[in-house]
Amino acid sequence: MLTGCDVTNNETVDKVLWSMSRWNDRAQATLFSPDKLAVEYPESAIANPFPFNAYYTEDEIRTVDGTSYKLELGGLIRDARSWTLPELYALPQVSQVTRHICVEGWSAIGKWSGTPFRAFLERIGADTTAKYVGFKCADDYFTSIDMATALHPQTLLAFRFADRILPPKYGFPMKLRVPTKLGFKNPKHIAAITVTNTYPGGYWEDQGYNWFSGS
Amino acid sequence: MNTANLSAAVPPATPGTPGEWIRIHPLAVRITHWINALAILVMVASGWRIYDAAPIWNFTIPNGLTLGGWLGGALQWHFAAMWVLAANGLAYLAYGLFSGHLWRKLLPITPRAVIHDVLEALRGRLAHDDLSVYNAAQRAAYLAIILDVVLLVFSGLGIWKPVQLQGLTALFGGYEGARIVHFAAMALLVLIVLVHIAMVVLVPRTLPSMITGRARRIS
Repeated sequence: MLTGCDVTNNETVDKVLWSMSRWNDRAQATLFSPDKLAVEYPESAIANPFPFNAYYTEDEIRTVDGTSYKLELGGLIRDARSWTLPELYALPQVSQVTRHICVEGWSAIGKWSGTPFRAFLERIGADTTAKYVGFKCADDYFTSIDMATALHPQTLLAFRFADRILPPKYGFPMKLRVPTKLGFKNPKHIAAITVTNTYPGGYWEDQGYNWFSGS
Repeated sequence: MNTANLSAAVPPATPGTPGEWIRIHPLAVRITHWINALAILVMVASGWRIYDAAPIWNFTIPNGLTLGGWLGGALQWHFAAMWVLAANGLAYLAYGLFSGHLWRKLLPITPRAVIHDVLEALRGRLAHDDLSVYNAAQRAAYLAIILDVVLLVFSGLGIWKPVQLQGLTALFGGYEGARIVHFAAMALLVLIVLVHIAMVVLVPRTLPSMITGRARRIS
């Protein structure tokens, strides 16, 4: 298996493939419609059990202590104070039953509940004209999304899965649910959120997965 | 070989002297044919690697037959070559529609003529005296390739953009349906291409003419 940034062992081919991937980012940003909603399903369609997936195996799932947990904010945010879990749980909550599509090809329908990310960004005074929102996670995962997707009405800061507090394997204490992007763009165990104009990349994105990865 | 062996359903070859060089494939067709061949090879080989990441059925494709080294590499190949496949395919279809090449070479076609010529081919009796005229079996195969690649492109778009192009995805029975259609269309394409290559091996002078565009008239 090839590692790092080398998708092939030929430097020129590798460069062409990476620039095509950046071109695909722009093509997908153009194709992205800010108010096109992902299909919602009846609750009977929810997958049980819902598959676990991460860059590590199930026996390495991190446990986050909810009592000492604080969500850190940084970057282009006016009110960058950190948030405790009870404060986050007190935010207005909505639910969605949508299809999670993995970059590997499989898909599963799940139910996530949480607060619309757009409202949260507005509440903390994020600069919504910035290009990126970056996420750092308690399991050392990191990723980033475009601002248009961050403001999409179905993008949720999710605290519950199937009406129960997120279990560790689905990302306790919170994950970003983005039904308009592939699964690896839905970070779990979020510890810090940054609003920035500097491309933050991501764990998989830096290795070759397409950054935009919109559905 | 004489023209009597040619399918009755296909119009007789244009008159000419045996042995003379005739132009059978326009430059636009030759260029788009080879670009398409390369794009298809990349799409299929990288697609097999992507399939292996989450197999739909109870088998995987051996790594040695795949392209990309790992899922991320295969996806980069697949999403780069798709633009080549689409742009080249559009160029071919535009040329074929506006020049009349498509109608002239691939039509008319009737089920009866296709069955007749396929049976003749299986008996080894289908002549290829005039390479500028496709027999009904060729017409069916080439039309099937065109339509199948169109199906691959649309089912692929349905998998790639199940939210933005959700109407298209729904036509294939949703995301999971589009995956199955995409796989089945790939399998059909691979089958047709294998037969296509086998026919080139059986009638080898068709290969240089797809490069030079010319062939010698036999009768």
